[in-house]
Amino acid sequence: MKKIIYVVCILSSVFAHAQDDLLDVLDQEAPKNESENIVTATFKGTRILNGHSIENRKDKELEFIISHRFGRINSGFSELFGLDNTNVRFAFEYGLSDNLTIGIGRSSFEKTFDSFLKYSLVKQRRGNRSFPFAVSVFASVAAKTQEEEFPIVERTFQENLSYVGQVLIARKFSQEFSLQVTPTFIHRNTVRETQDPHGIFALGFGSRVKISKRVSLNGEYFLAFNESQSINARNSLAFGVDIETGGHVFQLILSNAITMIEKSFIAENTGNFFKGDIHFGFNISRTF
Amino acid sequence: MKTIYTILIYILLTNVTTAQERYLTKNGSVTFFSSTPIEDIKADNNQVLSIIDASSGKMAISILMKSFMFKKALMQEHFNENYVESDKYPKATFKGEIIKFEGVSDVKSTAQVKGILTIHGVSKETTIDANFVRTNEAIDVVGDFIVNLADFGIKIPAVVAKNIQENIKVNFNLTHKPFKK
Repeated sequence: MKKIIYVVCILSSVFAHAQDDLLDVLDQEAPKNESENIVTATFKGTRILNGHSIENRKDKELEFIISHRFGRINSGFSELFGLDNTNVRFAFEYGLSDNLTIGIGRSSFEKTFDSFLKYSLVKQRRGNRSFPFAVSVFASVAAKTQEEEFPIVERTFQENLSYVGQVLIARKFSQEFSLQVTPTFIHRNTVRETQDPHGIFALGFGSRVKISKRVSLNGEYFLAFNESQSINARNSLAFGVDIETGGHVFQLILSNAITMIEKSFIAENTGNFFKGDIHFGFNISRTF
Repeated sequence: MKTIYTILIYILLTNVTTAQERYLTKNGSVTFFSSTPIEDIKADNNQVLSIIDASSGKMAISILMKSFMFKKALMQEHFNENYVESDKYPKATFKGEIIKFEGVSDVKSTAQVKGILTIHGVSKETTIDANFVRTNEAIDVVGDFIVNLADFGIKIPAVVAKNIQENIKVNFNLTHKPFKK
C-alpha cells in the first residue's frame, strides 16, 4: 500500500514537472492569431502562365512586368524558329490595398492597350475558421488600336473594345501543389464575321507543382465553349517554369498563343500545340 | 501515520514548486538585420513571448516566424516560404538558464544566458550575453547575438548570395512583467 502511494507521488510529481516546462507555459499563453491561418503563396506570381492567378500585389507595391512571346517554333530556320517575330507586353501593376490590384499594359500585337482590376474576395484558411479555397474576381478592358489593313474598315474606339470577367478559384493542396479553376466570360464589341459570337464562355484550369524551393512547373488550359468558327479558334494550352530569384519571379513559357491578354489567348487563338504551333516566351517581373 | 506525513509533505512541496515567481512578456521585440552593398534586409517581430522563472533563473522564448514584418511583402513571403519554411517550422524557440541570475539587480548588469536555440527545426547549444535589469515590476533583457544561417540549415541560393549575409545579427528587447496564473 505504502509503495503504491510513493509511486503515485513520484509519478504525479514527474507529471507536475512536465507541465512546468516554460515553453509549454508560453504555448498556453500564445495569443490565437487568426491571420497566421491564412494560406499564402498559392502561386508564385500574379500569373499562372498567360492567365491571372489569385495572387495580388501587396498594398502600395508596384510591379513592372515585361513579357515576350516569340513566333511559332515550327516556322523553321529562316525565322530562327520563331525568334524573329515577337509580341512584347509592358505592364505596370500596383496594389491599391492588400486585396485590390490595378494594372495597365500594352501589347505590340495588334497594338493593344489593356487595363484590369483584381480583387481578392475570400482567402483560404486553416484552423478553426478554416475555408477550403480562395476566390478572387478579375475584370479587364482591352482596346485594339491597330487599324485593319485589309479590308480597310474604320472603327470607333468603342468598337475596338473587349471586356473580360473572371472568377478565380484556387486551392493550395500542399506546399507542392496548387490548383486553380477559372470560369471566364469574354465580350467583344466587334467580331470578324457576323456568325462569330460576341460573348464567349470559357473554363480555365491552372496548376503549379513545386519541384524545389524556388522552382515550380506550371500548366494552364482554357476550354472555350463557343469559339469563333471563322478563324478556327483553339483552346489555349501552356506549360512553363517559374524561377524565383530574390526580388523577381522569372517565368519561361511554351504556349500555343502569341498573346498575353485574356480576350486574345482564350478567344482568338489559332495555334495547335501538338502540331508544333508553340510560342516560346517569358515573363520577368520586378517589384519596387 | 507515516504515509499521511508523506502525502502531506508531498502536497506542501508541490505547492512550493508551483508558487514560483514568474515574469512574462507577450510583446517582446526581436529584430534581425542583414546588410550587404546590394541590399539591406531588416525585419521586426513585436509579438515575441518570453518567460523567466525568477526562482530558478530558467528562461524560455518563443518566436512565431510569420510575425516577422519586412518592408517588402515579397521579401516576407520568400522568408517564410523559402528560407525558414514557416509552415513546417512555425516557431523559433530558446530554452535555457540565466547563469548567476541571483546577481541581477536594479542596476544594469551583464549576465550569460545558456541554452538550446532552435531555428528552422535545428537545435544548437548557444550562450548569449545580455543586459539585465530587475525591479519589482519588471525584468528587462536586452542584447544581441549572431546567427550563422548555415548552422541552422538555412540555405542561400547562389543567385542571391551577394544580397544576404551569412551571419545575421539579431537584436532582442524583452520586458517581462510579473505573471500570475
